[in-house]
Amino acid sequence: MVLLWLVLIPLIGGILCLTAGRGNARAPRWIAIAAISLDLMLTATLWAGTPGSGWWRQFDRSWIPEFGIRFHLALDGFSLSLLLLTFFLGLMSILASWNEITERVAFFHFNLLWVLAGIAGVFLSVDLFLFYLFWELMLVPMYFLIGIWGHGRKIYAAIKFFLFTQISGLLMLAAIVALAILYQQKSGSYSFELDALRNLPLSPGAGRILMLGFFAAFAVKLPAIPFHTWLPDAHTEAPTAGSVVLAGLLLKTGAYGLIRFVLPLFPDAAGEFAPAMMALGVAGVLYGAFMAVAQSDLKRLIAYTSVSHMGFVLIGIFAGNPTALTGAFIQMISHGISTGALFIIAGALQQRMHTREIARMGGLWQTVPALSGAAFFFIMASVGLPGLGDFVGEFLVLLGTFQTHAVVATLATVGIIVATLYGLRLTAKVFQGPNSRDWVLPDLFPREWVVAVCMMAGLLWLGLYPQSFIDMFKAVVQQPVQAASSVDLARR
Amino acid sequence: MHALLWMIPAFPLASAAILAFFGKRISHRAAAFIGTASIGLSALVAIFMAAGFLRSTPDSHAWVQTLWTWMGVGDFRPEIAFYYDPVALIMTLVITFVGFLIHLYSVEYMRGDEGFSRFFAYMNLFVAAMLILVLANNLLVLYVGWEGVGLCSFLLLGVWYKDPANVRAANKAFLVTRIGDTAFAIGLFLLATHLGTLDIQELMRRATAQWPAGSGIAIAAAALLLGGAVGKSAQLPLQTWLPDAMAGPTPTSALIHAATMVTAGVYLIARTNVLFTLAPPVQFAVALIGGATMLMAAFSAIAQHDIKRVLAYSTMSQIGYMFMALGLGAWSAALFHFMTHAFFKALLFLAAGVVIQAMHHEQDMFRMGGLRFELPLAFWSFIIGGSALAGLPLITAGFFSKDLILWQAWAGPNGNGGFWIAGLLGAMLTSFYTYRLILLVFYGPEEREVSHRPGFCVIIPLVTLCALSIVGGYVDTPPDFGGAPIFSDFLGSVLPALKQFHVGPITELSTALCASASFAIGFGFAYILYAPWRPRTRREDPLLRLWHAGWGVDWLYDRLFVMPFQFLVHRTGSDVIDAIYTGIAKLADSAARALRVTQNGRVRWYATGIAAGFVVLFGIAIFVR
Repeated sequence: MVLLWLVLIPLIGGILCLTAGRGNARAPRWIAIAAISLDLMLTATLWAGTPGSGWWRQFDRSWIPEFGIRFHLALDGFSLSLLLLTFFLGLMSILASWNEITERVAFFHFNLLWVLAGIAGVFLSVDLFLFYLFWELMLVPMYFLIGIWGHGRKIYAAIKFFLFTQISGLLMLAAIVALAILYQQKSGSYSFELDALRNLPLSPGAGRILMLGFFAAFAVKLPAIPFHTWLPDAHTEAPTAGSVVLAGLLLKTGAYGLIRFVLPLFPDAAGEFAPAMMALGVAGVLYGAFMAVAQSDLKRLIAYTSVSHMGFVLIGIFAGNPTALTGAFIQMISHGISTGALFIIAGALQQRMHTREIARMGGLWQTVPALSGAAFFFIMASVGLPGLGDFVGEFLVLLGTFQTHAVVATLATVGIIVATLYGLRLTAKVFQGPNSRDWVLPDLFPREWVVAVCMMAGLLWLGLYPQSFIDMFKAVVQQPVQAASSVDLARR
Repeated sequence: MHALLWMIPAFPLASAAILAFFGKRISHRAAAFIGTASIGLSALVAIFMAAGFLRSTPDSHAWVQTLWTWMGVGDFRPEIAFYYDPVALIMTLVITFVGFLIHLYSVEYMRGDEGFSRFFAYMNLFVAAMLILVLANNLLVLYVGWEGVGLCSFLLLGVWYKDPANVRAANKAFLVTRIGDTAFAIGLFLLATHLGTLDIQELMRRATAQWPAGSGIAIAAAALLLGGAVGKSAQLPLQTWLPDAMAGPTPTSALIHAATMVTAGVYLIARTNVLFTLAPPVQFAVALIGGATMLMAAFSAIAQHDIKRVLAYSTMSQIGYMFMALGLGAWSAALFHFMTHAFFKALLFLAAGVVIQAMHHEQDMFRMGGLRFELPLAFWSFIIGGSALAGLPLITAGFFSKDLILWQAWAGPNGNGGFWIAGLLGAMLTSFYTYRLILLVFYGPEEREVSHRPGFCVIIPLVTLCALSIVGGYVDTPPDFGGAPIFSDFLGSVLPALKQFHVGPITELSTALCASASFAIGFGFAYILYAPWRPRTRREDPLLRLWHAGWGVDWLYDRLFVMPFQFLVHRTGSDVIDAIYTGIAKLADSAARALRVTQNGRVRWYATGIAAGFVVLFGIAIFVR
């Protein structure tokens, strides 16, 4: 039952925002804070509780019995970790956009809460039809967030985001329906249940095609090269909260889908495509980092670093090795915090300076030392400084990958040098050097201090004691990986 | 006793955090107290630990303190753990003690600076990172310290971030060392994959057991670690960042770019000496790199005008000696030279800071002169530190440590005549550029008025380091001069002992005599060319200019790597891949436009269309059955 509430609370909160928010700008913010805090507390309670085996908690009701569709939510350590991230970042993004959003405040928070509800639903559903429903639920409010409260070419960015996700989502829907039909042919009744479909024997050809259907949706969200081009536009034009949710959470749904559905449903096909996927991952790592160096727009630069970091995740997922897969998981969480924090910093700067052009900045350390210090912390997290979360993720991915594919790992390691380049460039051009435009800006407000310190603490936790997360993932990592790696070994 | 191990890095770390968060809110006096006292406490704990270790040395010759498991996946479970053995003992003592003196000095040197508390936060963080590096029980924790010192170097070079030149130097230092770090990281993957652990002691045991000497994999692993070491220690081919790193405040140069961080590579190789012994070609490469860097940097030092750049090249050159010693298999000689070098080089930099401050931040030696009466303390510091650097026979620390390396250059496991001669040539050059510096700065006519004289916080460190630069050498005297190798014996449980492999015409005594002769020749040349009564003119000729520019390596790298990369970056404004999607969008758009033409409102046109369509469909139905 608690699982249903995790999704319902933001949904109800969103409607409350709409009704309470007529002519009152403060009420929606507090309602949103209350709803997400409640969810965060619920998740924290689940986290503190004794871990179970298999699914820790379930909520399972028949929904459309004719097609065997069930309203089936289930929780394990993997989804719990991502839920914790979801509500943590949700809270941070509400706080970060406290002063940024002044128009249609109620509708903004409605959309934000509904996106978060959709994301929570994605992380919880184990019925593929329900999963697809939540997958689409994330999409529409996000479209509004970018299109209404965005900057610059916001309509272009919103439509591009919508088209990419929608088209790839339809491919996944086709694959889901095909799976259900295949199941019906085998067993006589329809089912969309993950646990039922997992054991469905597939011919190699069918496995390959269906796997690619799923992969299309997840690769766009992840994003894997060459399906990433919606991301720089969407991240750049979105309001701060939108960028944080996009980078921190929406991208993770792609990686989550790969680990939760693609690996267990299509172990053979996944093993078969693994080299190609890892090649895409390496290309993403290097290409994303290189593009980040070349950007002149602060948020665009950060957006491309996401492409680079998610490349590591893609490599880790397909390396067919428990260490690498665990690394991908840690990287998912850590990248959510570090990049989310960078977008919050970028938003704070944009709000103060009304520009995102790096060329117009410089020497900001002088006028906003605390903000600059915080920014530097997050930049260092992003370039993989040991002791902070991203290092653990990238290290485990590379270490695991090196055991099976040394060349892939070596190439991806070179990405760290390019990452240093964009990190240094960002620091040097924005925060160091002379303050030649004589910017005088207010430093971090108490609210922003809270956000920055919380996010630093999160990165330090992940960097110094990632074990608490690794243990959450342990049960999940065993099964799909064994399948994938056995194929890998058999092929050699 | 070893339960206190964690406190050695914890004090500076805590103090760095306090200063980073509350530095703006507390007075400079409080910041100075917190920053310096934390290192002092750390030094006290280190002394306490050392005393305890010497009093009751455990049978394993090491203490291990495990704090927690860092990231355990399957069998790979690296821990956050510290390892304390004679090598770590010496390193922690030197780092905390020299670090404390430099912090004390900085209280006065940085007084009134805008970034005062920030500076102390970074310095503390640096000391913490360096201590983590030398205390690490496994290579992954070592890597934390390794990256940490690189980060702090970047931060400290950027303390005065308003000057773009400083920012450039900081970026260069961070980037170049990070190239080395990447090689190191790949080395870690290789070791962990093939030996299944990163625990240093276990790693060395397994490497010996599983890898035959000279096997490809041992060579690859050692070469990758060497890549990391040359980056951090500014050896060929990643040496270019060090001279530029002189842009930072002088205490930074003293602490990071002379006494401690740059010796991290030496430490790493000494720590993993088993691995290098298993890879003879790599070990020989270490010696070659060390020797080449030593000579190259010494020639560059001759041609510098900036007092700090002379010292920077001299650092590079002295670390070259240490690398050479490592490559020759004279492990403890390298660490001995590390220790004496830490004393006299810190002394020289701190004294140079006094001179620079007195000269209104002028660093050109040709605009100085005659300072020996105005700044007697700095003068004597330079005489003592410089003589130690140049290796003044018998009374300075540098003589003993360098002499040991020179002797091993012949007698050591990998020694030969070439290294021996190169070492002596280097010694001569060292002596030449050292006395050139002293003659230019302290003798001759007085060029400028002295504006600032040192106070107590500067005097205490200088005097202490002067003393250490003299007595520091007596801990290890060769057989022909007292014969008490206390230092080498102490390290005997960790590092292979120094042995005489090549008996022959060159003996310990003749080496010492030749070294003394080299010293004298260098000194003589310096005195002839830069004698107090001679006019001070900068010599300009192509060779000197080449040396001045560090053999043009920067120029070469700019053209080979920097410029092509920048060119690529400038050409890449927008995402190429996006062109595919805009192409599809354009195609759809123009297709729609083309189809719109058919919608012209003429009935005849539509009727034709319907008829044509009917014919086509009919045709398909008939022919394609």
